[in-house]
This record gives sequence, structure tokens and C-alpha cells, in this order.
Amino acid sequence: MRRLVALLALIPALIFGVPLLAQDSMPPAPYAYQQLDDPALEAKAQDLMITLRCLKCQSQSIADSDAPMAGDMRHQVRTRIAAGEDPEAIRAWLVSRYGDYVSYKPHLSSSTWPLFAIPVIVVLVAGFAIVRRMRARK
Amino acid sequence: MRKLRIGLWVLVGIATFLFGLFAYQLGQPKDEFVKSAMVGQPIPAFDLPAASASRPALSSADLADGKPKLLNIFASWCVPCAAEAPQLAALERAGAPIVGVAIRDREEDVDRFLATYGNPFTRIGRDDISEVQLSIGSSGVPETFVIDGKGRITYQHIGDIRPEQVSMILEELRKAGA
Repeated sequence: MRRLVALLALIPALIFGVPLLAQDSMPPAPYAYQQLDDPALEAKAQDLMITLRCLKCQSQSIADSDAPMAGDMRHQVRTRIAAGEDPEAIRAWLVSRYGDYVSYKPHLSSSTWPLFAIPVIVVLVAGFAIVRRMRARK
Repeated sequence: MRKLRIGLWVLVGIATFLFGLFAYQLGQPKDEFVKSAMVGQPIPAFDLPAASASRPALSSADLADGKPKLLNIFASWCVPCAAEAPQLAALERAGAPIVGVAIRDREEDVDRFLATYGNPFTRIGRDDISEVQLSIGSSGVPETFVIDGKGRITYQHIGDIRPEQVSMILEELRKAGA
């Protein structure tokens, strides 16, 4: 009987999927959820945070994510912005750690140039074809 | 007319190729690991407090003392970290010096973790806001870095070390000059 009760007690855990030690119990970093006092600086930090990828939940930005690591990254961004660092310097610091993948902001590099070049080529080819057809009709 | 027909077949060919490419790519297992761009770079300066009374604290200077080491990023709340404990113990028995960084952890939790799963570390630093973790391009726990005697990162292993990977880690440590 006691075993049955114990098993029944497990049912909510199974249904709601209680994570077993999946995350830490530490309080978040000071500036993970705390905005900067200066609204201008906070806006600057926010603009940067929505373009940085959360490494734990890779389809979210660190501004969107509640993963502890995203909180720690927000803390880094806010404290660095508060210390007067340029947002692009902070982005560069993260890119030098994690590669381009950490940044959502598209930039031109040896591996991304086709993304920028192909639309231009397609427009040029289409324009050329249209012009030729117009001339042929006359 | 004939030209148009050839053109249409070319379009069909391109579409088939694209669909084939999509099907192939969707069938590939997704690589979710974000590799550190710091491999080959000197480890950034840091000075962490001790995570446990049983071992001294850890600073970047300890990693540039001439002897190559393993730097294990772990946490007491991380399940795969417990799973790799026997492999860290095997590495320690094989003579690999291992230092640890505990991510977002409390001293009593670290102590309990070490008491349960063993303590292969010579030093353990405590990183409460993942600062050192971010500075070396690590994106999760556990991860193991090989650091050469000059404090340069030479290798990154993402995830728990499996039993069959112990010899590979030792080989990476040997390449770093051990």
C-alpha cells in the first residue's frame, strides 16, 4: 500500500516533468534582470542584447531567454555598457570567443558574401532579360 | 518552342537538385555545439575564489606554471558532470593534472558533489556569473580544455568525456607538451 502511495505521488512529477537538478539554484547575476539606471544606456544594452544569440537555447536572443547563462551574458553586456564600452566592441568580444554564430547581426565575411552577392546578381540578370525582351518586342 | 522545352527541363533539374539537397541536409544530425574560438589563444586573465574548502582557488597564473593541464568546467547541478566523474578519475590516475571551475555553484553543493563522485582536481575556482566560462568561449557544462604550460588553450572537448575518449584526451594533453 505504501509503495502504491509513493508511486501515485510520482504521477504529478511525471506529468509536469519536474526537472531533477537540471539547473542551478544560485541567484541570477546582478544585472541579469536588473535594468541599468540610465534609460539611454539601458536602451543601448537592449539593442545589443536582442542581436546576441543565447548559447543554451540557440533560437533565442539573450534578451528573450531565461537560461541562467543568458542572464550571465546580459550581466556582461549591461556592466560593460555601463562602464562605457562600445556595443560593437562587446559584440566583437563575444565573436572572438564563440565565432560569428553568437551574433544575429549579418556581416560580410569570406563565408557570407554569397548571401549579399546573389540577390544583386539575380536582380542584374532579371533586369538584363527584361531589357532584352523589351528591345525584341520593338 | 524547343528552346522553351529545354529551359523547362533545366528548371525541373534545378528544383530536383534543391529538393534533394534539402532532404539530405534535413536527414543530417544537427550539430548543436558552439565551438570555442579561443582554441590556440592564451587563456584570458582571471582570479577566481575557491569553490570548496578542500582545494585552493584558481587563477590564470596557475595555468601558466609550465605544466600542461586539463581545465574542467563543471557544476554540482549538472548530471553529465556526474557521468564523466569516472573518466576524470581515470585521467587523474594516468597522471593528468586537472583543475576545475565550478559554474554557478554553492560551496556545500560542490563539497557534496565531490564527496559523492570523487575529487580529481588540484584546484577549483568558483565562477558565480559564468564570467570565466564566457571568456574562454565555453557554452555549457561539462567541457574540458587542454591548456599548455604557457597558459595557451590547445584543445576543447564539449560535453562529458566518454570512457573511450580518455586516451584521446591524454593524447591531446601529450601534444600540449606533457
